[in-house]
Amino acid sequence: MDFSNIDWADIGQATIDTLTMTGVSLVFTVLLGLPLGVLLFLTARGQLLEQRGVYAVLSLAVNVLRSLPFIILLIVMIPLTLVLVGTSLGVEGTIPPLVAGTTPFFARLVENVLREVDRGVIEACQAMGAKTHQIVINALLPEALPGLLAAATVTTIALVSYAAMSGVVGGGGLGDLALRYGYQRFQTDVMIVTVSILVVLVQLLQYGGDRLVRRFTRR
Amino acid sequence: MIHIEHLQKSYQVGGRAISALRDINLHIPKGKIFGIIGRSGAGKSTLLRTFNLLERPSSGTVRIDGVDITTLAKGELDRTRQRIGMVFQNFSLLSAKTVAANVEFPLKLAGGHCSEARRRRVDELLELVGLSEHKDKYPAQLSGGQKQRVGIARAIANAPQLLLCDEATSALDPETTQSILSLLAEINVRLGLTIVLITHEMQVIRSICDLVAVIDAGEIVESGEVADVFLHPKHPVTRSLVAEYTHDDFDAAGGTAGGGRRLRLTYVGDAAYQPILTHVVEQTRARITILQGAVSRIKDKPYGQLLVEVGGNDEEAAAVLGLFRSLNVHCEVLN
Repeated sequence: MDFSNIDWADIGQATIDTLTMTGVSLVFTVLLGLPLGVLLFLTARGQLLEQRGVYAVLSLAVNVLRSLPFIILLIVMIPLTLVLVGTSLGVEGTIPPLVAGTTPFFARLVENVLREVDRGVIEACQAMGAKTHQIVINALLPEALPGLLAAATVTTIALVSYAAMSGVVGGGGLGDLALRYGYQRFQTDVMIVTVSILVVLVQLLQYGGDRLVRRFTRR
Repeated sequence: MIHIEHLQKSYQVGGRAISALRDINLHIPKGKIFGIIGRSGAGKSTLLRTFNLLERPSSGTVRIDGVDITTLAKGELDRTRQRIGMVFQNFSLLSAKTVAANVEFPLKLAGGHCSEARRRRVDELLELVGLSEHKDKYPAQLSGGQKQRVGIARAIANAPQLLLCDEATSALDPETTQSILSLLAEINVRLGLTIVLITHEMQVIRSICDLVAVIDAGEIVESGEVADVFLHPKHPVTRSLVAEYTHDDFDAAGGTAGGGRRLRLTYVGDAAYQPILTHVVEQTRARITILQGAVSRIKDKPYGQLLVEVGGNDEEAAAVLGLFRSLNVHCEVLN
C-alpha cells in the first residue's frame, strides 16, 4: 500500500480534534453524570435518601436518553446545539450531543459502582453521626474510587467512538476524515491510518485507566 | 445510663407483621459491661441497633442519660450518635483511608478540634489500642485483630459515655478474641465508659461482662449478674447456651451407677481455693465420686462447679448436704 498521498497535517489536526472532543466532553460528562449517579444511588429504594418518585423520574430520563441511538441523538440535538454553542458543525458542534449521549450512561455506571460499596461502612458512618453529604464525600466516593475510575475509562472509550460517528453530520476529527476521504473518495490509505490511530488511542486509554484503577485500589 | 421500656419492633413482610422485638424492658447501669446473648435470629442485633437508632423501634422508649432518643430531631440525633461509640463484627473501616485517618474521621465529624489537636488525639488513641506503628497503613494491610483495634479506637475517639459492640469478636480467632476482650475490659475500667455487647458465645459473657440478658425470639427471657445466670441458669435457652460452653452433655439426672445421691455443687469466691471436698470427706467419711467439674473464673470472680455422687444411706447423705451448705456451697440435688 502506498501512503505517499496522505496529507499528514490533516491527520494530525483530526487527531487533535478527536482528542479535544473526547477530553472536553469527558469533563462535562463527569461533572453532570457523577452527581446524577450519586442522586440515583441515594434516592433508590432502601438507600439514605430514599425518594421513590425522584428515583423513578431520574431513572426514566436516563433510560430514554440511553435508548436513543447516538446517530439519532446527533440529529435531534441540532437545534439545542445551535443554541448552546452557536453551531452544529465541527468540534464545538459535536460536544453537546456527545455529553448528552454519555452522561446518562456514565450516571448509570456510577450508580452501579456505588451499590457495591460495603453497606456496613455507610452504616458505621451513620452510627458516628455523619450527615448524608459527609457520608458521600468522606466514605461513599473514596471507597468507590477505583470503580468510578474504571467507569470513567469505559465512558472515555465510548466517547472516542461516538466522536468518530459525529463525522456523519459534519463533526470534526478522525471519523470525519475517514468518511470524507476513506469512504467517499475511496482513499483506503486514509481509512487504514485513521482506524489505526483510533485503535492505538483506545488501547492507550484502557491501559492508562487500568493503571489509575490499580493505583487507587486499597483492598 | 440506658433505660429501655416496652420496646417493640415489627416488620411488614408480605403484608404480615413479623415481630422482631417484644416488650423489651432493660436497665443498663453506668460503668458496667452489659452482655446480651442469644442465638442467631433471636433479635439481639436489632435490639443493640435501637440504642443509637440505626434501627427505629415501632414503639417504646430508649432513654440514654434521661433523654428519650426516639424523640430527637435528625440534627440532635447525629450529635447524640457522636457520643455513642459502636464497634462492628466486620470492622466496617474506610478502606480508602489510613489507620490514622479512620480514627480521625469521627473527630472531624464532631468538629471543634484543630488539626493539631486531632493529630494528638489520634496518636493517643492508637497508643491506647497498641497500633502506633501502623498508623500510616491501610486497613487491608492489617490482621483481623488489628482492624478491630482500629474499630475500637475510632469508636472511642470522641470520648463517648457508651460503647456498643455488635458481635465485635465473632469474626476473630479464639486467641485474638481474648486480646480484644481484654482491651474492652481495660477501656471499661480506664475510661469508665459503659459497654453493651451482643454475642452468641457464653465465653465472651463469662470473660468480661458484669451483667447479662438472654434474648430468645425477641424477648428477654433471663437477666441478672453473670455469675447468677451462668451458674444457675433457669430458662431452657440459657441452660443450653451454658451447657454448650461447659461441654455439659452429661446426663446429670440419669441413672446412677452406685445408686447414690447426685449433687451439683456450686461455690463462688475464695471458697474455690479451699479444700472443701477434703474437709467434708474427713468430717463425714462419705464416699464422694466426682463425675464432672470445673474450677474457673467469671470475669475476676473464681468459682467452682462440681457434679458429684454421694454414696451411703439417707441419713449420711443429709449430713453431707448439711455440711456443704454450712460451708456456703450451693447444693442442688439432681435425683
